[in-house]
Amino acid sequence: MGTTQSGIHRGRLAPAEYETNFSDLHPRLDDHEALVAADRCYFCYDAPCMTACPTSIDIPLFIRQISTGNPIGSAKTIFDQNILGGMCARVCPTETLCEQACVRNTAEHRPVEIGRLQRYATDVAMTENQHFYERAAHTGKAVAVVGAGPAGLACAHRLAMNGHDVVIFEAREKAGGLNEYGIATYKAVDDFAQREVDYVLAIGGIEVKNGLKLGRDFTLADLTANFDAVFLGMGLAGVNALGAEGETLPGVVDAVDFIAELRQAGDKASVPVGRRVVVIGGGMTAIDAAVQAKLLGAEEVTICYRRGKEHMNASPFEQDLAASKGVMIRHWLQPKRVIARDGHVAGIEVEYTEMRDGRLVGTGETGALAADQIFKAIGQTFEAAGLGLLAMAGNRIAVDAEGRTSVPNVWAGGDCVKAGEDLTVTSVAQGRDAADSINRMLAAGAQPSVAVA
Amino acid sequence: MADLRNNFVGIKSPNPFWLASAPPTDKAYNVERAFKAGWGGVVWKTLGEEGPPVVNVNGPRYGAIWGADRRLLGLNNIELITDRDLYTNLIEMKQVKMNWPDRALIASIMVPCEEESWKAILPLVEETGADGIELNFGCPHGMSERGMGAAVGQVPEYIEMVVRWCKQYTRMPVITKLTPNITDIRKPARAAKAGGTDAVSLINTINSIVSVDLDSFAPNPTVGGKGTHGGYCGPAVKPIALNMVAEIARDPETYGLPISGIGGVTTWRDAAEFLALGAGNVQVCTAAMTYGFKIVQEMISGLSDWMDAKGHRNLDDICGRAVPNVTDWQYLNLNYIAKAHIDQDACIKCGRCHIACEDTSHQAITQFVDGVRHFEVMEDECVGCNLCVNVCPVENCITMVGLEPGTLDQRTGKPVDPNYANWTTHPNNPAARQAAE
Repeated sequence: MGTTQSGIHRGRLAPAEYETNFSDLHPRLDDHEALVAADRCYFCYDAPCMTACPTSIDIPLFIRQISTGNPIGSAKTIFDQNILGGMCARVCPTETLCEQACVRNTAEHRPVEIGRLQRYATDVAMTENQHFYERAAHTGKAVAVVGAGPAGLACAHRLAMNGHDVVIFEAREKAGGLNEYGIATYKAVDDFAQREVDYVLAIGGIEVKNGLKLGRDFTLADLTANFDAVFLGMGLAGVNALGAEGETLPGVVDAVDFIAELRQAGDKASVPVGRRVVVIGGGMTAIDAAVQAKLLGAEEVTICYRRGKEHMNASPFEQDLAASKGVMIRHWLQPKRVIARDGHVAGIEVEYTEMRDGRLVGTGETGALAADQIFKAIGQTFEAAGLGLLAMAGNRIAVDAEGRTSVPNVWAGGDCVKAGEDLTVTSVAQGRDAADSINRMLAAGAQPSVAVA
Repeated sequence: MADLRNNFVGIKSPNPFWLASAPPTDKAYNVERAFKAGWGGVVWKTLGEEGPPVVNVNGPRYGAIWGADRRLLGLNNIELITDRDLYTNLIEMKQVKMNWPDRALIASIMVPCEEESWKAILPLVEETGADGIELNFGCPHGMSERGMGAAVGQVPEYIEMVVRWCKQYTRMPVITKLTPNITDIRKPARAAKAGGTDAVSLINTINSIVSVDLDSFAPNPTVGGKGTHGGYCGPAVKPIALNMVAEIARDPETYGLPISGIGGVTTWRDAAEFLALGAGNVQVCTAAMTYGFKIVQEMISGLSDWMDAKGHRNLDDICGRAVPNVTDWQYLNLNYIAKAHIDQDACIKCGRCHIACEDTSHQAITQFVDGVRHFEVMEDECVGCNLCVNVCPVENCITMVGLEPGTLDQRTGKPVDPNYANWTTHPNNPAARQAAE
């Protein structure tokens, strides 16, 4: 079973291999493992890990609760700050956030396994269907949320908690945003993204309307006319182009589409992949696409990044993961031209690059890499319609510290605003904080001042 | 190579590590294994009088408390003395002693507080070739309800009486094992000495309820829905044992009375501390029950290596060395001034020293310096209490540094007085004032 044929084919592996390859990357710690891991936490004061967490989860407290046999209380500590703590435990680059700040690094170069402990506690609570939040008295206020991704869900949950009614407008078929469509399969197995959506929505007072897209089915003005407040959390819909000849050839694919297709595929064997794959980019998306191409049975997968290792957005942990799966990462190479044969991709011509006077330039030296399939993973762009006169900053929505946009009663957060890193956890923090800001406004019954003129 | 040979009231053993009277020494099988592993001696599990032996519960006998990584810190038991027939034990003891003539074999005994009972059992024990006897006046559960064990150990007059019987009816050395479940350990020790004991051994286990099952609301270990207090032992009791050993060692009335130190000895270091406080040897139980008999190898090599490093040739070089330095609080030098010092290279910035000092002590450790997370002792606030040293997770990161006489104590604004001065002469002491008047 399986095939090593050149070209883009499905079913490259034997059926059992798919199951192994796409199983949980870091399975949940069992009770004993969790106790051992939790024992290592020093319960630091004003803990650096907590400061490093974009959602400011009280990490020493939740770990102490695990160590005293109270995973449910631990989960509540996590959810109090981050209702999507379950997914963040799976996808956060902890090695550059909480775990990088862990004082155990100083002592012995090995941090407390904060991410896995967070997963343990949240998994226990979600498996036991423990819910911690009830809605406050109904306020009669209604808030529209655009996008059911991490920012929108976090915002909606906090608003519902405060007694407001929420309607989420989601363009895609399912809620979850990048948690559902943009995360590598092995990081969120067993339909976790949807289970988490259900868990968040269980608070009540949140209606999700799928298949409704801003700019196509409604405008921002429609929302401001019909709701007391609006939160925009629709993420990034566009993908950067390579700017290389042959980009439109069959076999040149957006990495985000490939990742989404794989996530949605019930049978991973049904997703076709090239024998030789080249991924252009240096971020998490590039790594996720490259690793999964390899796991689908691609024989040779190469990431080409136009700068050095130290410039890659993908964390060292992710780079190591890719290397361990057999992905080759090459640096200082930029795409010049997609090479075609019989109307299909046959390879890519690349040019070496270097930094000259602080600028990245091609050296003129070129070479070719054979490829049946090329994934573009060079960043996503903000792309939206129906926003009216909403002010932008750096090609994304301009907001103030509380998430207020230039339009009265309209807030925004997540990847569609330019603030912080494009991380799930950052989006959750922004959605949550915007909800608090909206709540303050609604509670005061006052008109907010326009933040961005 | 340090000489670890031990001579305790004439009982010789190749090293000072004995197994205490307890489950590990209940039968020949275990004791043979212990001697093979290297233990210097054993105190055989307590013998009772002839006739039907005691019975133990058939449910759990032990409870425990744990530290990080489930390291056992304290063990509690409700087991009684041996539940095997007296003669079975005696025959095995005789055989084991023949097999291991160089090791110490002591018989622990607990019979009713009647002269005839002791008079009857002592010749039987003597016939085994045992090197000595240990009188179990400590067992705090079960046996004490029957007027034995701690019930005797808590009444100095009974101790003296029974010891006297034993000295009268046997030529074997008598070691009197003391219970810590009293208010002043010197009283039973003095009584044992008055009765003519050759030595005391302490501590036996401490009355304890180790934990409560929060589902059944019953103490652990729970036997059929009920629990009872048991005897507490293990690393957690070591400080209590050390103090009691020191109290006897420095009591003028018992000064020089040989002591076998017991209570939480887990490593060579623990043993060395007992020896330094006046113990002639140590007895171990919980550590063996936790890790097996092999741990004695670490104890032997650790003690020997330390003695070599420090130039101590034999056990006499270290026994009792710390006793002169144990004093009453009132004699501590109030002019000695120390300040905590944080080694910034070793500091991992956990902040525990800061919050311990800030919340619960003297607000003498910074959290930020120039806006940067930085923990540093403010000498003008530091009283030298040592709490930060104790809560710091990194060994030797925080140390106490004594101020040289004449240097300025920033807290008081006064130079350090080079003279010794204690509470007895302090102006705030009403007794001192009266004496002056």
